[in-house]
Amino acid sequence: MPAFHAHVEVTHLPGIADPAGATVERALPALGYKNVAQVHIGKTIRLVVDAPDAESAREQVQEMCERLLANPVIEAYQVVIS
Amino acid sequence: MSVRVGVVVFPGTNCEFDVQYAVEQLGGRVELLWHGEDSTKGVDAIVVPGGFAHGDYLRTGAIARFSPVMRAVGEYARSGGPVIGICNGFQVLCEAHLLPGALQKNAGLKFMCETVALRVETTSTALTNQARVGDVLRIPINHFEGNYVCDPRALAQLRAEDRVILRYVDNPNGSLDDIAGICNAEGNVVGLMPHPERASDVLLGSSDGVVLLKSLLAAATSRATLLV
Repeated sequence: MPAFHAHVEVTHLPGIADPAGATVERALPALGYKNVAQVHIGKTIRLVVDAPDAESAREQVQEMCERLLANPVIEAYQVVIS
Repeated sequence: MSVRVGVVVFPGTNCEFDVQYAVEQLGGRVELLWHGEDSTKGVDAIVVPGGFAHGDYLRTGAIARFSPVMRAVGEYARSGGPVIGICNGFQVLCEAHLLPGALQKNAGLKFMCETVALRVETTSTALTNQARVGDVLRIPINHFEGNYVCDPRALAQLRAEDRVILRYVDNPNGSLDDIAGICNAEGNVVGLMPHPERASDVLLGSSDGVVLLKSLLAAATSRATLLV
């Protein structure tokens, strides 16, 4: 079976507070960047999955996101397969 | 006969002996429940104590949720057994969907370790049945991720069903609606960020946690009587 590289990005759901992003947003103006807004901090998870094709690899990684990699109560996720 | 309280131990749990000490001081017995065992050993109540279960990797409670013992704890909770999650234990119960919402990083991004004032909001739960509504308890918090969040619908439901059991008098961490602790619809599953076991003796600076632990033992006694 071919191996597919999955790149998962986990971010806060819209409307859920992002204290880390807010703190960085407040810190950047101190360095002179006064034109910055909407800072969000998430996490990246990379993995390699053996699957018959890209679509089934994507489905499996999305299922992993729902069950473990993200908490759908507060987080959104995006999967890119290559 | 004294009631038996099961205390769940994951790799990284670090409050199990504090809970054991406090429970034993009040006349209960403690059975440690190792995370790899799929059994609740017939106990009368369960505490999921604080710590850093599985290193808090990925998210707090995310890995712990899949430990074999959590399957047994879930069944126990659904059968009406009293289950209390303290601090990291609260995070585990949320990840396990035994309680709604999630705990995220404190609003000020600071690890907080201090005694705070909590107001008792409801008494029909496994952790507050011996308290009175409006009681103010001084109990320590000790967390980086205690900022309770849930979606607006879940919050409306928690309020409508009187399921916010404890609120911070002076919100330390940004928690939604000053929430320090909640329960499930039946009141037998409770999660809270503060540590009642660390306020179980005046020598520790406060004994205000005793009323909560006595409530737990009362719920355990009811459970034991029910099953006899």
